[in-house]
Amino acid sequence: MEKYMLISRRDFLQATAAASAITAASGYGPLGRAAAQQRLSQSDILRFDPLGTVTILHITDVHAQLMPLHFREPSVNLGVGDSKGLPPHITDAEFRKYFKIATGSADAFALTADDFVSLARNYGRMGGMDRIATLVGAVRAERGNDNVLLLDGGDTWQGSWTSLQTRAQDMVDVMSALKVDAMVGHWEFTYGADRVKEIADKAPFAFLAQNVRDNEWQEPVFDGRKMFERGGAKIAVIGQALPRTAVANPRWMFPKWEFGIREEDIQKQVDEARAEGASIVVLLSHNGFDVDQKLAGRVKGLDIILTAHTHDAMPGLIKVGNTVLVASGSHGKFLSRLDIEVKDKKISGIRFKLMPVFADAIAPDNAMSALVEKVRAPFAKDLARVVGKTDSFLYRRGNFNGTFDDLICDAMRSQRDADIALSPGFRWGGSLLPGDTITWEHVTNATAITYPNCYRNQMTGAQLKEVLEDVADNIFHPDPYFQGGGDMVRVGGMGYAIDIAKPIGSRISQLTHLKSGQPIEAGKTYTVAGWASINENTQGPPIWDVVAAHVSKSGTVKVEPNTDVKVTGA
Amino acid sequence: MATQPTPRVRVPAQAKPGEMIEIKTLISHEMESGQRKDAAGKTVPRKIINKFTAQFNGKTVFEADWNPAISANPYQSFFYKAAESGEFTFSWKDDDGSDYVSKNKLTVA
Amino acid sequence: MKFTTSRRETLGLAAAAGLAALLAPRMSIADEPAVAAEIKKLYGDKKIESGKIKLDVPEIAENGLVVPINIDVESPMTDADYVKAVHVFADGNPLPGIVTYRFTPACGKASASTRMRLAQTQNIVCVAEMSNGNLHMAKANVKVTIGGCGG
Repeated sequence: MEKYMLISRRDFLQATAAASAITAASGYGPLGRAAAQQRLSQSDILRFDPLGTVTILHITDVHAQLMPLHFREPSVNLGVGDSKGLPPHITDAEFRKYFKIATGSADAFALTADDFVSLARNYGRMGGMDRIATLVGAVRAERGNDNVLLLDGGDTWQGSWTSLQTRAQDMVDVMSALKVDAMVGHWEFTYGADRVKEIADKAPFAFLAQNVRDNEWQEPVFDGRKMFERGGAKIAVIGQALPRTAVANPRWMFPKWEFGIREEDIQKQVDEARAEGASIVVLLSHNGFDVDQKLAGRVKGLDIILTAHTHDAMPGLIKVGNTVLVASGSHGKFLSRLDIEVKDKKISGIRFKLMPVFADAIAPDNAMSALVEKVRAPFAKDLARVVGKTDSFLYRRGNFNGTFDDLICDAMRSQRDADIALSPGFRWGGSLLPGDTITWEHVTNATAITYPNCYRNQMTGAQLKEVLEDVADNIFHPDPYFQGGGDMVRVGGMGYAIDIAKPIGSRISQLTHLKSGQPIEAGKTYTVAGWASINENTQGPPIWDVVAAHVSKSGTVKVEPNTDVKVTGA
Repeated sequence: MATQPTPRVRVPAQAKPGEMIEIKTLISHEMESGQRKDAAGKTVPRKIINKFTAQFNGKTVFEADWNPAISANPYQSFFYKAAESGEFTFSWKDDDGSDYVSKNKLTVA
Repeated sequence: MKFTTSRRETLGLAAAAGLAALLAPRMSIADEPAVAAEIKKLYGDKKIESGKIKLDVPEIAENGLVVPINIDVESPMTDADYVKAVHVFADGNPLPGIVTYRFTPACGKASASTRMRLAQTQNIVCVAEMSNGNLHMAKANVKVTIGGCGG
């Protein structure tokens, strides 16, 4: 196990070497000829020095994105406790330095946030299930079908208008055609227990979740693991659903299920898998990176953790003891390949590459293109409907705010006559470039959930602070087992300061009512609009109608840079 | 209470000598904590099941004293090391003096 | 088009996010000294060691009204050496007591699970009394959160 070969960095160097030379010679400048010359080709993306007999492919957090899109990675992604300052909690220049990525390169565009708009115009969109099908097909052709395992880390069925309208059937059809071997879930559960069970029982892939129990008798709801045989080796795949699903999402949608990390049960799964002769034990996890990093140090005998949930993309493996962690990004931007060599029923070597799915470089798989078109056809007219245009760059990711969320907050405040708007810190949803039209598809890519009602309510200043404190602790608790993932709740109409190093109850201060410039008073009542409430029977119009109405009324939207959150303690 | 509390028990019918078996029990009950106030602001009086007892062939093997912090429809699981054939008697004692009982046979061979 | 605010929208974020329970006027809450007092009532100033107890509770409660708790005490569970009693307390509920178990060697192992109500984020304290009179203690924190916003 000590001879892992982490070739990913070298691969990146290969891909970016020419560009580095040029940018170094010309002094400075991420753009222009240097960037244009290093667009990757399909064969660059697929290039891999094979190893051993087994290949595992990992894709995760697709969020129902069938088509190529822009998705900007975060510029702020702070780590706390043991994760502080370490990947994935580094961004932009620091990230590029760590992974030896040239500024302005294709990889810089795929993996970092700065200069995104100009690089996007050069490198084009990423993802698309037909491009992913091409990559998967090429790897299967190279390695042989019987030697490749394709695993999906979940958050696959939610995030688009078509997935919402078909209650995930579009994604189930596509992932079935892609011949996914196993998946795990999180947002999947928001289609309700019956629908999840219905799909899991019928689908050609395994839906694995060792940590879901019925809350009456504590019996497992799903299979916890499945043994596969690939390349002559037995591979045990253990599924781990998001442990915080019943806290982060509406519990009433799956009232008889409970989740949790259940570390000891994972250990039991590993031990049983080894006893059954597994040479490779994989945790197909939706824990989130930091939780998996901690878990890797506590559960013995896991070879590989395929991480998900927190949407981190890293072009290298992170090693904890004898366990390697893979972070394959989100939205179909990346496909991870791991080649594994097995000797004496043990892993003797691993090679890894995070393959960036550049839509312009990869020839679409015809069969998959046709299927994607077919599942989108009933909604094609709706999806293409133009609701407005943006002058600003609209994106989601970042710990404290994103311009797309600012737009949603603006929409809620104006459409619902509210002082203050609260929008959840979701990490999914595409980015739009300045000058782009905003279509119904774009609006719903940022809002399509099964509990969309936009409420309007009175809250006191004390309640507002308590909400911010609670959510902040969910992100910045120094122990990852107490975190829930996601980003900070987005706030419109109110500013605040946050010291992320403080404990719950004392992180948030200087709450300010922006319109009046006055401090928010604990005892005073404010009108608050928000959406994605986890309570049953929340009243109000669906958020996509609120956003579309606002955009449509504005014609062209412009979002000013948000300076209303002051961050310290990082 | 609208309905009579109904106990449910999951216990294997058969076990090998020395085998450790897990017994899972549930009973429908509001477990009114005595700390809740009704719409009129009056405290709703406490009414909980305060004791669960498991006996095997008349001998007590496990007991649980429940406080008002135990959830509604209380669940209790525990273990028993099978030695001889016989019968379990599980009983739940209500604040109002009622006793709810379930009997389950175990064959050890 | 503007969405009118005239319609009754009874549930806003406070209720929606489960805040109602958290922000309800709190009754007098048992605190750490109250738990210590309960233990003293049972065992006086007897020395309590750590170890031997595995206290399994979720880091974050999914529903404060139904929080699973499993305790597992290391013991051979023979007539000569077994776990007699286990007491579970909480320091943030109106009353500190949760449950008391009495085991016998017939149990084979000193392990039990139930579900409890937790009014807020707090510590769970578990004390085990062995047949030789030795005492052991374990403690764990359970976070009770508003939830939502995960993503």
